[in-house]
Amino acid sequence: MSLNRLACPDCDLLQNVPRLPPRARARCRRCGRLLAIDRPRANERALALAIGAAIVFVLANVFPLMGLSVAGREVDTTIMGGAWIMWQEGQRMTAALVAVCAVIAPAAYIGLTIVVLLVSRWRRPAPAWVGELLLWSATAREWAMAEVMMLGILVALVKIADLATVIVGVGMFATGALILLITMIAVHFDPEGIWARTQWVGPAETTPVRDPRRGGS
Amino acid sequence: MSVRETSAMRAGLALCGHCRMLSRIVTATEANYCPRCGREIAYRRRDAIQRTWALIVAAAICLLPANLLPVMKSTTLVGASEDTIIGGVILLYLSGSWHLALIVLVASVMIPLGKLMSLAYLLVTVRRGSTRSNQERIRLYRLVEFIGRWSMLDVFVIAFVVALVRIKPLMAAQPRAGILFFAAVVILTIFAAQTFDPRLIWDSPGDATRRNE
Ligand SMILES: [Zn+2]
Repeated sequence: MSLNRLACPDCDLLQNVPRLPPRARARCRRCGRLLAIDRPRANERALALAIGAAIVFVLANVFPLMGLSVAGREVDTTIMGGAWIMWQEGQRMTAALVAVCAVIAPAAYIGLTIVVLLVSRWRRPAPAWVGELLLWSATAREWAMAEVMMLGILVALVKIADLATVIVGVGMFATGALILLITMIAVHFDPEGIWARTQWVGPAETTPVRDPRRGGS
Repeated sequence: MSVRETSAMRAGLALCGHCRMLSRIVTATEANYCPRCGREIAYRRRDAIQRTWALIVAAAICLLPANLLPVMKSTTLVGASEDTIIGGVILLYLSGSWHLALIVLVASVMIPLGKLMSLAYLLVTVRRGSTRSNQERIRLYRLVEFIGRWSMLDVFVIAFVVALVRIKPLMAAQPRAGILFFAAVVILTIFAAQTFDPRLIWDSPGDATRRNE
């Protein structure tokens, strides 16, 4: 928002935010919500982190999370296995929810973030569909729950530990790294920087950003 | 609120809930669209109060079967048993891991219940046009928004126990209907927190007529 006139998303207070010095942050005067933050080269870092997250995501999903061995017999499961067995047992709604929060949403978040960052680097202004993908990635982020899943796995392990020997798999370590990387993407990613170089969908695209009165349809 | 401080709504401006672009509301009678991202914009989230009420009532209804019905059936050579959510917490506690039992109790029982009560409290105070304890109420809302995802914990626990414990006939675990209702509570409360508009907390009674257009 080049005009630096902001409204707080939490309390709607209209306020002018001065150009921030490096690494400074601005909070809402009334409710204290973080309004703006200056991060030098934020989206370059976010891109590097997102590519790392994509690699780790593949590892986390290909290798077994954990296995169980009892009386010479072994069973193991991947992340998707958790949803798949649930589906087979007839709890399809719950299985779908697990698949979305554990696999589909994190994959969409990482994938969309990479596409958005790459295209907005290559093409200026970036086409309007980049903005659309950016909104989707924000939705995916809300439903990506790798960290909740990790705690769930931990509790599951304790529940099982009494019954059998538990073997921790490569997928578990990759999931730990994935949680770290997803958190760091969220810290560095700067959506406003993407919007600033993306074409608008509306007619106001041809008018200066400074004139908010040309907004609307 | 001092004289110099004014809300975007009073200035005829609305913040896009999707891309955070500030733009002018042109017509009060028709829908307005964000020029940057194309999504619909309005001063406040549309029918926020009614929709949030509907979602938390639905969640409260699902909360009963979610806690009364068994969520998992475990079979061993000795026999079979069906556990509710609370039963699972007690089993964890008895097996000696009281800290994990506490975490599951908080995530599965206290967070969903606390979310419903907090949102109901926010809705009631907003409807009354209360202007007191705004700072506390916005903090409560942020907490509800931040903490909501953790109630998914038990869904993951059961998914992974079921995925691993399947060495028949020695031992087997199967999901039961309670988990469906529990998952529904989680989804409904997350949607409820997203539907509520925290800006309503700061609106004065006079703003209510303005936002209804
Ligand atoms: Zn927008």
